[in-house]
Amino acid sequence: MQNETGSVLDLFRQGDVGAFERLFREHQRAVYGWVLRIVRNPAAAEDVTVETFWRIYRAHARFDPARGFAPWARRIATHAALDWLRTARPESALGPEEMETLAAPDAGDAAIAAEIRRKTAQAFGRLAPKLRIAATLAVVEELTAKEVAEVLGISVAAVKVRVFRALRLLRNDLERQGIRP
Amino acid sequence: MKEDKQDRMEMLLKRSVPPVEADQEPSRDLWPATLRGLEMRLDTRPPAVPWFDMALAGGVLGLIALFPASIPVFLYYL
Repeated sequence: MQNETGSVLDLFRQGDVGAFERLFREHQRAVYGWVLRIVRNPAAAEDVTVETFWRIYRAHARFDPARGFAPWARRIATHAALDWLRTARPESALGPEEMETLAAPDAGDAAIAAEIRRKTAQAFGRLAPKLRIAATLAVVEELTAKEVAEVLGISVAAVKVRVFRALRLLRNDLERQGIRP
Repeated sequence: MKEDKQDRMEMLLKRSVPPVEADQEPSRDLWPATLRGLEMRLDTRPPAVPWFDMALAGGVLGLIALFPASIPVFLYYL
């Protein structure tokens, strides 16, 4: 089994499309699930998954079988998802009437709490993609800073800085709307 | 104080943007789309050279063959 997997990886490295299809079938679901965690949109996640496998095939000669296919594919998927976040339109800005309703939020009111969550999600969508992806993976998906650093190809310290900045900018955005988190 | 604000912001973010459920799968088989795109990207036929360019190159080579002394002139204009 180990030899069989190894030969598939070697064939893929040489550009064999059959081996690529086998790897695609084996990893499609994991790559899609990972991309979905970042882009949070099923249709976009499918497009980004396809784009990811195009990039994977294009880079077949640079693949190192010793380092494993899954982590390599995940890194490529992360960058493809980041590119998608850069081109996707951010959430639209809030209207003045909506801001009025949140001028004095009451934590006990479920409707207002839901509204605050909606506005937080919108403000989060307006953050720069590189900050959003770090906060999504570290805070929302609860990955460790080390795991986030590996997939983004940056240091652990840089991950922590990005998450900190993302939360601070998010808080500032909400405070401008009269919401005090 | 700062950390407290940070923690509260994290909590609010977690509640507002819930994590994606595990074991999600695409609604369709993505292999046909992947293969189609791959074929388009790998279509590596050499670009067709216009007949005019071929005729020009042939003419220049002919001139060089007939008048070898013109080679420095061609090199100068390259």
